[in-house]
Formats: sequence, C-alpha cells, structure tokens
Amino acid sequence: MINQYKVLQIIRQIGNKINEHKDFLTELDNVIGDGDHGINMARGFAEVEKKFPTLEGKDIGTILKTVGMTLVSTVGGASGPLYGTAFMKAGAALTGKSEMDINDFLNVFQQAIEGVMQRGRSTTGEKTMLDAMVPAKEAIEKTLADTNDVKKAMEAGVAAAKEGVEYTKTIIAKKGRASYLGERSIGHQDPGATSFALILEVIASMV
Amino acid sequence: MKKIINEVGLVEEQMILGMVKAYPQYLAKLDCGNVVVRARKKEGKVALISGGGSGHEPAHGGFVGEGMLDAAVAGAVFTSPTPDQIYEGIKAIATDKGVLMVIKNYTGDVMNFEMAAEMAQAEGIEVKQVVVNDDVAVKDSLYTVGRRGVAGTVFVHKIAGAKAEEGASLDEVQATAQKVIDNVRTMGIAITPCTVPAAGKPGFELSENEMEVGIGIHGEPGTHREPLRPADEIVDMLLDRILSDLDFTGSEVAVMINGSGGTPLMELFIINNRVADVLKSKGIKVYRTFVGEFMTSIEMQGFSVTLLRMDDELKRLLDAKADTPAFKA
Repeated sequence: MINQYKVLQIIRQIGNKINEHKDFLTELDNVIGDGDHGINMARGFAEVEKKFPTLEGKDIGTILKTVGMTLVSTVGGASGPLYGTAFMKAGAALTGKSEMDINDFLNVFQQAIEGVMQRGRSTTGEKTMLDAMVPAKEAIEKTLADTNDVKKAMEAGVAAAKEGVEYTKTIIAKKGRASYLGERSIGHQDPGATSFALILEVIASMV
Repeated sequence: MKKIINEVGLVEEQMILGMVKAYPQYLAKLDCGNVVVRARKKEGKVALISGGGSGHEPAHGGFVGEGMLDAAVAGAVFTSPTPDQIYEGIKAIATDKGVLMVIKNYTGDVMNFEMAAEMAQAEGIEVKQVVVNDDVAVKDSLYTVGRRGVAGTVFVHKIAGAKAEEGASLDEVQATAQKVIDNVRTMGIAITPCTVPAAGKPGFELSENEMEVGIGIHGEPGTHREPLRPADEIVDMLLDRILSDLDFTGSEVAVMINGSGGTPLMELFIINNRVADVLKSKGIKVYRTFVGEFMTSIEMQGFSVTLLRMDDELKRLLDAKADTPAFKA
C-alpha cells in the first residue's frame, strides 16, 4: 500500500530523475527526432514541482490529474499530450483515493496505456513509449501472479521496460518525427520509451 | 553557440513582444501566453488559427492580418504549443461562423491542436481542422504519420484566409484549404544545421562539403546526405522529386522559393532562376513567384521549393488582398 504522501514523493523523485537525465534524453532525441525531449520533460516536471504546495493532503486522483494537466500545459511537443494523458487517465481511475495497492497500480497503468494509444493513435511495435509501457505492465502482472511479491513484480517491470527500450533500437519508427527517418531510425533507441523506463525505475525503487 | 538573445527561457516571449511592438497596427498579444491575434478582431467570418513551434519566423505570427490568419500560437522553439495556449487563441478569435485550425502534420502539433479543439468544442465553439503535409521528401503511407507540413502551409494561410475573408462558411473554407493541401508540394535541402537556443548545440552535423537532402523545417534529417552540388543541379533534383509526385503537366503553378533563415536572397534568386527555366522547359506555366523567407528554421542555411497547382478559384484567392506584416498582396 502506498498513500498520497508517498505518491507525492515519487512524483518529486521522477522530476529529479528526469532532470538528471535531461541531456541524455535530449541527445537521444537529437539523433532521431528534434532534440528537445529532455528539455521539454524537465521543464514540465519543474512546473509540477511548483504545484506541490497545493497538492499536500490531496487524494491520489487529484495529484495525478494535476500532474497530467501540468505536463499537458507546459511540456508541448508530443510528450506533453502523451505523458499528460497518461497521468490524467491514471488520476481519473483513482479519484478520491488516499491509498493504492499493486492492483490499483496495474489498473492505473492499463488506463495510462490506453490513454497513450488513443491520443497517439499508436500501438506497440512503432518505436514509441508504448514499447516500454506494455511489456512492463505485462511483466508486473505475470511476476505478481507467479510470486505474489510486489517488489519482485516491479523489478520485473523495470527489466521489461529496459528490454523494451532495447527493442526500440531494432525497429523502424512509425510515429513521431523519428518516422521520417524510415530505416535510418534502426539502431537508435526511442527517447520516449527511455524516459518511461526511467520513470518506472523511480516508482519501483520507492514501493 | 553564438546567438543574439538575452536569456534562453525568454526567447519566444521577447520575440513575440518585439513582433507586436513592430506591427501594432496588425498584431496584439494575448496576456495569457505567446498567442498573437489581429489588432482588431473581425466578426462575421470564419476565424483561422495556426501555429506551431517558434523558430520559423515570420511564420506564423507574421501572417496574422487581413486576408490571412486571425491568430497564431507560438510554442517553444521547434516544440508544438500546448492545448491550453491554443484554446485561448481559439476563444479569442471565435466567431459565430466557426474556427478553422491549420495544422502542420507533426505528431505533437496534431495532438495538441486536437486537444485544444476538444476543449473549445466543449464550450460550444465550432472548430474544424486541416492538416498540411506538403513535404515530398517523406514517404507517405497509411502506416506512418505521413508527410510533414512545411512551406506550403503559407499558401494554405493565404488562400484559406482569402476564402474566409469573402464570408464563406466553415465547410467551404475547410474545403478550399484542403484543395490547396491536395495541390501543393515542397522539398528542401540544407547545407548547415540550426541550433535550438535551449539545446545550445546544432541538431545535427554536416561536414563542409555535405548537404542534407529532404531536410525538415526543424532540422530533422531528410532522405539522405550527399556532396554539395551547384545550385542548378540541386534544383533539378528537387524538381524531379516534386514533379514526379504530382502531375503538374500543362498546369499553372504558384512557386515559392523559401529561405531557411541563413540563406542570402542572392542564392534564393539563383535558385529561382533555374526553377523558372526548368518549369518553362516542361511546359508548366508560372502564375506567380514568391522568393524570400516565409517558413524558416532559425539560422539554417538551406531552402525549399514549393509548387502549387492552380485553378481559377485558387488564382483568385491567391491574388485577393492580404495585409499582414510578412505577406501582402
């Protein structure tokens, strides 16, 4: 079980992690996109940080919705609507809740995946964040069913997200600016999948 | 990176403020963000809104004014504006005839504009959209996001803007905008990269003798790299691609030679010299030519060639009055 205070701590840590990897994410985006992923995500989470005073004591749904709306209105590009939608959908699924368990998390994760698929009109295998999200969720589900161990399940999720990032190196981009490269996008990892793996790593390390 | 700016984080806002201060008779800035609207709102017509990342000046703010756009929304450099920003623009210009969004075909732009449209529609504002995708360098396929919107967007602003000014309905303005999109093709090259201020270093690297063929307006890679060639040969290569993409045989065309920001007019005219000759030799009649900077990529050295296949309606609307800071007719 994690409560709303823990959720706020996790969000703060996600912001720190993104900021630490800002240049790395931008560098990845430079190669196959337009070189702003790290900059934009860091700007968005810096704005999220500013909202913290208003979020103390709020329910998890409100926290996640606020994070989503802040990302949508400050990140721009494709990551803003996608990550924003993911957090907003997650928030909507947890309205009024002050605690969540691993099953809530899996439900929220599924909502976020569906939100991203809908908003981006995308699916797996197109070299996007979904290639990290979908296998991560499946791995968490499976490991949880096998072991009933939350820690192990989350670790398996992170490992699957990282494998997903590696997988994006092997496929052609079909969405986003990287798609203009066609076959030249092969060999490069997707920045969005990479940032998602970083985010999941933070979540896993804190539950 | 050497740039004449004050602070990286203030580039967009100070640019917009400077633009509005230069052209107060045309432009006003909304208080809520980097949204430029006409100094005097015109009622009773379909309102046109466009925009995208900054760094393409004079696009899009320079095209706000009579006969073209009603609002332009400026995101961070090369980054789509956000839905709430676009929504504020839509609200500011909305009339009872509705709002047409002219979106360049980029994943981020399309998503952010669509989210803004959903917000506006929830408020009872009628919003429709067109998506410009004139760049022939990018493979068009049902399975990809398709072609990019580049300099041809300016023809959409001009012609759809004239249609709206005539008092046409939202459906009619949308149909005319779509007709421009269906008939416009562009391709470009670059010989130097450009540097996004916040990134601090060039988005890509080109060696002294190389050019990127099919470059995008954000410095995105094109189709391939090859050794730099004389202007005439580059033009021949670009026109080959454009003319084989759409049948221009026997038609009249509007031509746009668009500089990417760091290309002297001298070179743009050298380019047009060849474009005009090649089109003549192929029996394609040039109706009007526009040479200059319309859709730039910060300081990139490069250019694009745009051809728009004309019919009587498009000719009339291209010639109709336009009075904006960056485009007059």
